[in-house]
Amino acid sequence: MSQSLDILEKRIEQDYQYGFVTDIEQETLSPGLDEDVIRFISEKKNEPEWLLKWRIKSFNGWKKMTEPSWANLQYPLINFQDISYFAAPKKKKELKSLDEVDPQLLETYNKLGIPLEEQKMLAGVAVDAVFDSVSVTTTFKKELASHGIIFCSFSEAVQSHPELIKKYLGSVVPATDNFYAALNSAVFSDGSFVYIPKGVRCPMELSTYFRINAANTGQFERTLIIADEGSQVSYLEGCTAPMRDENQLHAAVVELIAHRDAEIKYSTVQNWYPGDEKGRGGIFNFVTKRGICLEENSKISWTQVETGSAVTWKYPSVILKGDNSKGEFYSVAMTNNFQQADTGTKMIHLGKNTTSTIISKGISAGKSQNTYRGEVKIMKNADNARNYSQCDSILIGKECGAHTFPYIDVRNATAQMEHEATTSNIGEDQIFYCNQRGISEENAVSLIVNGFCKDVFAKLPMEFAVEANKLMEVSLEGSVG
Amino acid sequence: MLKIKNLKSSIGEKEILKGINLNVKPGEIHAVMGRNGSGKSTLANMIAGKETARITAGSIVYKGEDLNEKTPEERAMDGIFLSFQYPVAIPGVNITYFLKEALNAKRRYFGKNELDAATFLKRIKEKLELVDLDVSFIKRSLNEGFSGGEKKRNEILQMLMLEPDLAILDETDSGLDIDALKTIAQGIQKYKSPQRSFIIITHYPRLLNYVKPDMVHILIEGKIVKSGGPELAIMLEEKGYTWIEKK
Ligand SMILES: Nc1ncnc2c1ncn2[C@@H]1O[C@H](COP(=O)(O)OP(=O)(O)O)[C@@H](O)[C@H]1O
Ligand SMILES: [Mg+2]
Repeated sequence: MSQSLDILEKRIEQDYQYGFVTDIEQETLSPGLDEDVIRFISEKKNEPEWLLKWRIKSFNGWKKMTEPSWANLQYPLINFQDISYFAAPKKKKELKSLDEVDPQLLETYNKLGIPLEEQKMLAGVAVDAVFDSVSVTTTFKKELASHGIIFCSFSEAVQSHPELIKKYLGSVVPATDNFYAALNSAVFSDGSFVYIPKGVRCPMELSTYFRINAANTGQFERTLIIADEGSQVSYLEGCTAPMRDENQLHAAVVELIAHRDAEIKYSTVQNWYPGDEKGRGGIFNFVTKRGICLEENSKISWTQVETGSAVTWKYPSVILKGDNSKGEFYSVAMTNNFQQADTGTKMIHLGKNTTSTIISKGISAGKSQNTYRGEVKIMKNADNARNYSQCDSILIGKECGAHTFPYIDVRNATAQMEHEATTSNIGEDQIFYCNQRGISEENAVSLIVNGFCKDVFAKLPMEFAVEANKLMEVSLEGSVG
Repeated sequence: MLKIKNLKSSIGEKEILKGINLNVKPGEIHAVMGRNGSGKSTLANMIAGKETARITAGSIVYKGEDLNEKTPEERAMDGIFLSFQYPVAIPGVNITYFLKEALNAKRRYFGKNELDAATFLKRIKEKLELVDLDVSFIKRSLNEGFSGGEKKRNEILQMLMLEPDLAILDETDSGLDIDALKTIAQGIQKYKSPQRSFIIITHYPRLLNYVKPDMVHILIEGKIVKSGGPELAIMLEEKGYTWIEKK
């Protein structure tokens, strides 16, 4: 083996840059799950009776289900009775402004390089900061409210707009859609809610930073975004988590609903703690994300940059129900050390002239396993449906794996399908070319990987694109020399 | 500038270079000619520090220092440039970005500030003109979907930007039409100076009609079998390699 590959394979030691624990008093429920726990959560949140019933129904459904085993993932069995299902930072009093937020919490965000206040001033981004399970602060609410936009924590929305929650909750991801979604539906803690009224273009990117910070506490986020007729919204979700020894379960559900002529762009930079270089610890991330293009000419676009978590199980999907609707999935998934990712998308074409685009870039380093799993379904009535899929994988070193499983199910003869897939190693020739021009090994790898991801990064909102580049560099650190 | 002494190298068990001697002084242009497979690229790669071939004997001394212990980056920093015979594509990385990285790596190495965007742009525009390329070219991904001619012009563009002391051009003339050949030759002529040296590798004497070499070396099966002045290239053009092999 040549020296350059040798060095590449040594790129394994890497400290999780964001691994620290914030010392904030937590109100935590002791581990275990039964109907009483669900009643406790619901009561804590002062939820209406119908929502409690919905949770209990989900719980009963979940009890009859088993964990899916079809993914290309290996991890120890999760004992769901060992998990605590409720944790909230203790609020000392009602928070009226950012100044009243626990300074230690703000400090945490500062360490992450996402200072709320700076962001508020400079970027004009409305930030709904979710710390553990309870929203601590919401900014820019007034500006948004002047457009009739609702952007708040999920619990808040349950109180202030129960009719919207009742109408849309579970309408895209049914309560018992899958094992993890059912669990989430039973015990979800909090999350974000967005409603964009008819004809309104949301004047700013909506952004939420999530953070897991309670030992042994499952994180069950619930997000619901509704874009009414002719409206537009771009939502950013990003997260990092502190260093932990024990595995932490994360099972979020995100539902998106786009009405006629509406457009939702949902971007994620995911950097949960991936475990150490020996594969110990790290987040288990089982996420159900799905959007529906409910009516004509609507569009839903998922963009994700996934560099974190020990185990990722995630398939942001689009149901193309309305005629002429569009679904997009742009993904970069990077795994290092012992990380495992099984991720991809589903595009379900129901309406006529519906189109979907899938661009997936997988990067595997260390001893990691990186799987793309995608399904494109063209149903009987979906005349002239079109799909373009491109799945590229790149390998760094010789001990990692890249796998591609595209499933195609076409039930209408007018469908047009295009699929391309490539797998390559970072070539010694590419690295030597860079070296010959004076670019070091490490910078060469980062350059090549960022080039490889460019088509996807180009789909990210500006501020995220910069962050994504940085994240790739951090994630690749230690993979070279 | 460059002194190669009795250089022998192998790839696997196979001996490729069988005792090369070469002495290039500042300001000189040396042509290395030979058929496919004679070891020309291997020689070029070894000077640049590629490790496909292993040195089994002899030495390469550049600016008075043995290159053996130096990484490819260090050699590049010290002014060695290789125009690749087959430049590799790096998808998604545009020429501007790549050249900035390369230039700034070199500037940092010498303790200089990074180049500001305006100066960089001004400089690259001048060089683009020299190799007859449009400004839009530098937005393209490095070598991705380039024609043969574009690849070679891009190599020369990089040479002009990075300002090496020793430029090794590995078949930069192959596969070019006459106009492109003239452009490349013009780029080399413009760059030539009493301090800068060239090793021009080719198996056609064509380019040498435009860039006059000080010395011509003929490489056959890993050995320089004949060295001489520019007239050697002309003889070769008239009589072919068999003429030398017969002797
Ligand atoms: N990576 C390699 N592995 C094995 N043999 C090689 C490799 N590269 C070159 N060779 C062999 O070395 C010899 C010289 O090749 P090369 O230096 O490319 O010649 P030239 O540039 O003169 O055409 C050839 O016989 C070729 O097959
Ligand atoms: Mg060659």
